Amino acid sequence: MAHLTVEPVSIPVIPVRELLPWAILGGLVMLLAIYFVGSEQGATSLINGMYVHEFVHDGRHLLGFPCH
Amino acid sequence: MVGSLILRGLIVGLVAGLLAFGCAKLIGEPQVDKAIAYEAQRDAAKGEAPSEEIVSREVQSSLGLLAGVLVYGTAVGGLFALAFAFVSGRVGRIGPRGLAALLALAGFLAIVLVPQLKYPANPPSVGDPETIGHRTALFFIMMAASIATMVGMVNLSLRLKRRLGAWNAALVAAGLFILIIAGVQLLLPDVNEIPDDFPAVVLWRFREASLAIQLVLWAGIGLGFGWLTERSASGQFRFSTPARAH
Ligand SMILES: [Zn+2]
Repeated sequence: MAHLTVEPVSIPVIPVRELLPWAILGGLVMLLAIYFVGSEQGATSLINGMYVHEFVHDGRHLLGFPCH
Repeated sequence: MVGSLILRGLIVGLVAGLLAFGCAKLIGEPQVDKAIAYEAQRDAAKGEAPSEEIVSREVQSSLGLLAGVLVYGTAVGGLFALAFAFVSGRVGRIGPRGLAALLALAGFLAIVLVPQLKYPANPPSVGDPETIGHRTALFFIMMAASIATMVGMVNLSLRLKRRLGAWNAALVAAGLFILIIAGVQLLLPDVNEIPDDFPAVVLWRFREASLAIQLVLWAGIGLGFGWLTERSASGQFRFSTPARAH
C-alpha cells in the first residue's frame, strides 16, 4: 500500500519580480471593475450621469457597498 | 504561471458569481422590493412624486443585478488568484486546496465580515444621499484597516509558529486581530441613517441576504480555485496517480 500514499502537492514559490507586472496591470483593471460596481456615480464619478449607478444599483446594495 | 492562475481565478470568479447571483435573486431581491415599496409609500405620504426611473426596476433586478454581481465576482476571483500566487509557498507547507480555502476565509473575514460589522449593508431608501461621500470614505477606511490587520496578523502567526507551534501561534494572532479590529471599530464614527419606522425585519433579512451572497461567492472562489489548482498540479507532477500494479 506504500505506493498509494499521496504526497502533499508542493506549490512553487513565484518570484516577486515575476508577479509584479501582473499585480500592477491586472490588479488595476480588477480594482477598477469593482469600483464601477461599488462606487461609480456615488461618492465619485468618472462618467457623467447616473446610468451606471442605476444599472448596477441592486448589486451595489446587496454586495454591501454604501449607496443611497 | 501567473497568467494561467489569473485566468483560472477569473473563470472561477465568474462561476461563483453566477451562484451568488442565484442567491441574490432568490433571497436578496424580495427584500429590495420591500424596501422600495416602503420608500414609495413614504414619498406618497409626504406628497412627493416618486423619483424618476433612469433604469426600470425590471432591468435593475435582472440584467443589472446579474452584470453587477458577475463583474464583481470575476474581479474578486482575479484578485484572489493574484493573492494566491503571492502566498503560495510562502506560508508554510500546505497544499493548494487548503491554501485556497484559508485564503478565501481570510479574504471573507477581512474584506466582507469585518467592514460589514461596522458599516452593514443597507437596503435602498435607508441612506441619506447627502452623506454618500462620508459613508463611502469610512467604509473603505474600515476595509483597508481590516485588510492591513489581517496581513499583519498572518505574518505574526508565521513568525510565532516556530516558538509556539502552529495552533498557539494562530490563536495569539487571532486574538490580537480581534483586539485591534475592536479598537478600530470603536474609534471610527457610527453611521445610522435608518428611518425610525423602517421595518426591522426587512433590514435584518436584507443584511442576512447580503452576507449570504458574499459567503456563496467567497466559498465558491476558495473551493473552486483550490480544486482546480490541486488537480492541475497533481496532473503536472503525477503526485496522486498511484503506481500501476504489476
Ligand atoms: Zn441605492
